[in-house]
Amino acid sequence: MSASVVYALAFYLASAIFIIGVVRKIVQYAKIPAPLKIPTMPAPTTQAGVVVRMFTEVVLFNSLFKSNKWIWIFGWMFHFALLLAVFRHLRYVIPADSFLMPLIGHEIVQAFGKYAGFAMLAGLGGLFARRIFVDRVRYISSPSDYAMLLLIMGIAGTGLMMSFVEHTDIVMLKEFMLGLLIFNIQPLPSDTNLLVHLGLVIALMIIFPISKLLHAPGVFFSPTRNQVDNARTKRHLAPWAAELEADRKAGE
Amino acid sequence: MADFETPELQEYSVVPKLEKGTMAGSAPFIAKPQFQEPLGYPGELVDNWEEKVITKMDDLRGKYRGFQVFLDSCVKCGACTDKCHYYLGTKDPKNMPVARQDLLRKVYRRYSTFAGKFFGALGIPGFVGAADLNKEVLDDWYSYFHQCSQCRRCSVYCPYGIDTAEISMAAREIMATVGVGQKYCNQIIAKAQTIGNNLGLPQPALLDTLEGLEEEVEEDTGVAVKFPLDQKGCDILLITPSADFFAEPHVDGLMGYAKVFHESGISWTMSSSASEAANFGMFIGSYETMRTLSLRIREAALELGVKRIIFGECGHAWRVAYSFLNTLAGPWDFLDQNYPIPQHICEFTNDMIEKDELKFDKSANDHMTLTFHDSCNVARGSRMGDKPGGQMDIPRAVIKAVCNNYVDMPNDTIGEATFCCGGGGGLLTDDLMELRVKGAQPRMEAYKSTVDNSGVTNLVAICAICKSQFTKVLPYYGFGMTDILSLHQLVSDAIILTGSEDDTSEDSDTNESE
Ligand code: HEM
Ligand code: SF4
Ligand code: SF4
Repeated sequence: MSASVVYALAFYLASAIFIIGVVRKIVQYAKIPAPLKIPTMPAPTTQAGVVVRMFTEVVLFNSLFKSNKWIWIFGWMFHFALLLAVFRHLRYVIPADSFLMPLIGHEIVQAFGKYAGFAMLAGLGGLFARRIFVDRVRYISSPSDYAMLLLIMGIAGTGLMMSFVEHTDIVMLKEFMLGLLIFNIQPLPSDTNLLVHLGLVIALMIIFPISKLLHAPGVFFSPTRNQVDNARTKRHLAPWAAELEADRKAGE
Repeated sequence: MADFETPELQEYSVVPKLEKGTMAGSAPFIAKPQFQEPLGYPGELVDNWEEKVITKMDDLRGKYRGFQVFLDSCVKCGACTDKCHYYLGTKDPKNMPVARQDLLRKVYRRYSTFAGKFFGALGIPGFVGAADLNKEVLDDWYSYFHQCSQCRRCSVYCPYGIDTAEISMAAREIMATVGVGQKYCNQIIAKAQTIGNNLGLPQPALLDTLEGLEEEVEEDTGVAVKFPLDQKGCDILLITPSADFFAEPHVDGLMGYAKVFHESGISWTMSSSASEAANFGMFIGSYETMRTLSLRIREAALELGVKRIIFGECGHAWRVAYSFLNTLAGPWDFLDQNYPIPQHICEFTNDMIEKDELKFDKSANDHMTLTFHDSCNVARGSRMGDKPGGQMDIPRAVIKAVCNNYVDMPNDTIGEATFCCGGGGGLLTDDLMELRVKGAQPRMEAYKSTVDNSGVTNLVAICAICKSQFTKVLPYYGFGMTDILSLHQLVSDAIILTGSEDDTSEDSDTNESE
């Protein structure tokens, strides 16, 4: 089998694991009731307030900012560089005539996206250094925590190599990616950099639903952050808790 | 004083280096069968406990979304590592919130996740932070999940709001389910369920105590302030921690509530069958127990025919009341819907002050300079008034209405960032004295800084546990055990009762002189 076929199959497998795994987790979180009101107070008293709170958490990492400026700056740099990079990568899988193309292909996205890799590496490097040098963080780190940072650094590093040192055949790559979408396997450029880059991305997709990367869907389901503070005015009762009420005295 | 060293107070912001195992020996007494069985738990460690632990953990994961999300979501960023007063005071790394969670998470990872099973089968579960469950792990759980006061400080700082309190509650429930319960909590719960309060005071003893208080207040002020018990047809049912009936400084607070009610002219009563605000069901993580204890309040309210329920000064009780009571024992459609259900005594007093219905002689508290200790369960688990943060503002507003000298402790030790007293969460027992003293260190440091810089003389609290804990630990740090005061004690000392000797027409507008 050629590398193109192996990579194509691996992409299908990884995508299936990623999508099914994450969807299953989201369904699980959504189904489990939160029987008690446990927002970390002070909390918003309206649903709109909760949306604002969630926004500040997801976009600004508000609690982390209160907590530790170093983790905040490194973590925020890494995540927003990641977001930009992902955005920029869409052009490899979106056909040239797509209505999204003008946005993604826009110079600003492409230019910032190109340099985002450096910010990503810097952020990840900072986080990695904290794991090594801060005794408290070292104590709580497992090998997998280091490995995951190295994995993403590997993705960023090989990506930067292709942007600035050794370009790959973008046209060929794009044909391969677009081919995948219609189950038509096209040849993949064979430079090592690209193969490593894609291999690590495949690994990342596979570990996503079975690792701490679940923090991404998890944060939206965290009851301490997504609950409205209205316990006195609105009765909150989980289905399993309602069943306990069968013992209430009749007529009460 | 004891066989451990009291930590030296430092600048309050110092984060210590790790010292492994300093608190490995700390654990509360395990409940004997006689304290386990009344709560429906097995008397001692069951045979196939490993299996039962996993079954119970699965059960809880299916019942509490927070538990499941928190187990999955931690990225080990380390933001919470320096936020726990027990870590700051003991330096034991297992007292870092994430490390505490990991004691349980590693077992979850090992038996209930693909990563843990896979690397477990390869013989290297530790690669993904998973570990086998064995007796040593269980002992660690017992020790360290009883070194968490469920104060939720860590949850403020975690980017996903991971609340170690929730993990501790779950862990304690799992342990009790396999036969390893905690004596102190379980014993107290049994008393509250059978007699009506945590101290096991029956109705005659309560009546006796309350009569004594009536005499004392009348002697002091010349006004016949009543402390009614089990009176039907009153407007207000007061639910207060039983420590308020006799412990110092709690009882001075109770006198304050009685005086405020007296001045308000609104009829009130306490109930002997629900003579306890505390709800230790929360500490052991048992929804069912918490619910049973809450239903006593519902029954008392129905039986006495009251229109409103007001809670006295108690931190976790107020969390259960504010956040859970409607869930556990509601709906409260038979009460007067014009008032919050339930209401906090500070909300009540503050309303009276805002309506200008109380008269104070603030100079009665002039011999002190006060600071306020936000109790964790009030600050991070509840609210007062109708705006977020009212739980910080309203108690301070009341204090400032009754005294002239008030200074806050440093900002990162109050409000939502408040440090626990060190004795919350079911740890207020003599068998955990070392932990309690060391856990109080961050609060003592903050207190010391206001004592040194602003001449503060006393600490005010609205929590029965905080008050008892500070009475015990203040002397370890060189402060007086009577530095700690009840908030309504200040109210009690400053209030001018209508018809008392102090109530002259010139004096009667002292409260407007501010
Ligand atoms: C809703 C989207 C997301 C939010 C709000 C979010 C938030 C956070 C926060 C606050 C942290 C802790 C600070 C830090 O260490 O950086 C973190 C850590 C991390 N995040 Fe995300 N994240 C999101 C999505 C993702 C995605 C899609 C990835 C995929 C690669 C990712 C990978 C990581 C990694 C690897 C860490 C751990 C860094 C370390 O080891 O220190 N995150 N995330
Ligand atoms: S809840 Fe409080 S006591 Fe428990 S780990 Fe968090 S900060 Fe420490
Ligand atoms: S702050 Fe939250 S995510 Fe970070 S280590 Fe602590 S519990 Fe885990």
